[in-house]
Amino acid sequence: MNKQQRSFLQKLIVRIPYAWLAAFFLLPFLIVLKISLSQTAIAQPPYTPVLNFAAGWHGIAAFFSGLSLDNYLLLGSDPLYVLSYIKSLQIAAFSTLMLLAVGYPIAYAVARTPPRWQMALVVLVVLPFWTSLLIRVYAWMNILQRDGLLNEALLALGIVKAPPVWLSTDTAVYIGIVYSYLPFMVLPLYAALEKLDWSLLEAAADLGAPRWKAFWLVTLPLSASGVLAGCLLCFIPIVGEFVIPDLLGGSRSPMIGQTIWMEFFANKDWPAASAVAVVLVCLLVTPIVVYQHQAMRAAERD
Amino acid sequence: MRRITAFNVASLILGIGFLYLPIAVLVIYSFNASRLVTVWGGWSTHWYSALADDAPLLDAAFISIRLALVSASAATILGTLAAVALVRFGRFRGRLLFGAMVYAPLVMPEVITGLSLLLLFVAVAVDRGFWTVAIAHTTMATCFVTVIVQSRLIDFDISLEEAAMDLGASPLRTFAEVTLPLILPAIAAGWMLAFALSLDDLVIASFTTGPGATTLPIRIYSEVRLGVKPEMNAVCSIMVAVVAVAVTAASLMAKFAGVRGGPANAQP
Repeated sequence: MNKQQRSFLQKLIVRIPYAWLAAFFLLPFLIVLKISLSQTAIAQPPYTPVLNFAAGWHGIAAFFSGLSLDNYLLLGSDPLYVLSYIKSLQIAAFSTLMLLAVGYPIAYAVARTPPRWQMALVVLVVLPFWTSLLIRVYAWMNILQRDGLLNEALLALGIVKAPPVWLSTDTAVYIGIVYSYLPFMVLPLYAALEKLDWSLLEAAADLGAPRWKAFWLVTLPLSASGVLAGCLLCFIPIVGEFVIPDLLGGSRSPMIGQTIWMEFFANKDWPAASAVAVVLVCLLVTPIVVYQHQAMRAAERD
Repeated sequence: MRRITAFNVASLILGIGFLYLPIAVLVIYSFNASRLVTVWGGWSTHWYSALADDAPLLDAAFISIRLALVSASAATILGTLAAVALVRFGRFRGRLLFGAMVYAPLVMPEVITGLSLLLLFVAVAVDRGFWTVAIAHTTMATCFVTVIVQSRLIDFDISLEEAAMDLGASPLRTFAEVTLPLILPAIAAGWMLAFALSLDDLVIASFTTGPGATTLPIRIYSEVRLGVKPEMNAVCSIMVAVVAVAVTAASLMAKFAGVRGGPANAQP
């Protein structure tokens, strides 16, 4: 194979996935952006203006003059949308903190067990992730329903007198999210803690640091990359989560993923759904860029 | 100083218990004879035999499996190419955008991916159905495959490739006989993950599907939206069992390959 053939092959290897992702990831975004600037119409497709190349320059000019920011103004003026964004960010932030609180001790404990057990424990933690999210959320519907296992246990133990309502509450959503995203938090934390040089903790102890202080000054800062990766890996998808709040939460104050779904499937308002999606991407752009930067750096460092 | 403290043991037991208890409850209740999901009526496999007569459900399961096979295979090819491009070709033109397109879908909320792909399919006026969902799943899964294969490519010793080339192997032959066997476990893991992701997906499939292409998750979702149903406990338990068997088989295979793929196997 000569040099020319080789560079042709290289180009092919780059261009095939490049073209695929450009066509099915990047281009769709540009279309969402465009439709968010359109108006709802009773037509197929249900929005105007439609770009009409057949009409030549005139068609393109008509297209651009037909675009408007009306959908975005609507988002700002309707409290439904604003509340939905706030609720999503709030749930994502709180559940990420809860995940960190639950996930850190687990990752830490896995990293402290003898190496020959570590792999088995990691598999145990990741295994539930391989079963469908829908099934895991549904499993919680079984437990949290009115005469479910949780209420029966609470009644039997005499902790409550009447069965409390769990389903259709934010508590259920938090439980579902923490449960479903736990592997995403534990894995990056474990990856960071596994590399930690434990003799540093011995050194801290020798120098008289109490254990909490050694943890605070040595372990935590050295696992910071794992904390950041885990938090981003959970926070970003949770903001747009649909299945968990839809099945476990109430319908009175939807999260933003449910709002997009509703605008799209129930109200058939495609331009509004697109505008909601564009604003969501804008909200997430900072965490996504930080995450990408971190992921690429981690890939290059390893 | 590898001491296992009581606190560590407690976090492991509680953590793993928390992860497995709900699934265990689901499986146990799927054998409940009573139609009332919460009242225990003795053991029964009634709900499993009822599934065999549920034609729409079986159709949906068949579609989902076909879909997962197609999209996992396509995603594995695209993802492996992308990983090779990212790791081996240095700083080619457009690498920044390429990297962004590879990493962004990993964390992108599914509603947005689904909505944007649907709007693309509408804009180019294709009929939605099996193939549009397949394209959507391939796109989503490609990125996961890339990340897995990429980490393996970075780990591996590039001097092995150089040795093959020095001995006169062409780049293509080097790739086929040295690189590919070494990254094969990662490619297999990537394929499995892509398969599981496709089988799992509700949101993206709901947006991009059309008449005649109802996947299993869409079917299950429409059944359980309004409450728990014993038949659904049975379906979900079967899916859990399939995953458990597949993962066990894969880890045994990995163990086997790990023994065989050791230095003893490195002769030509």
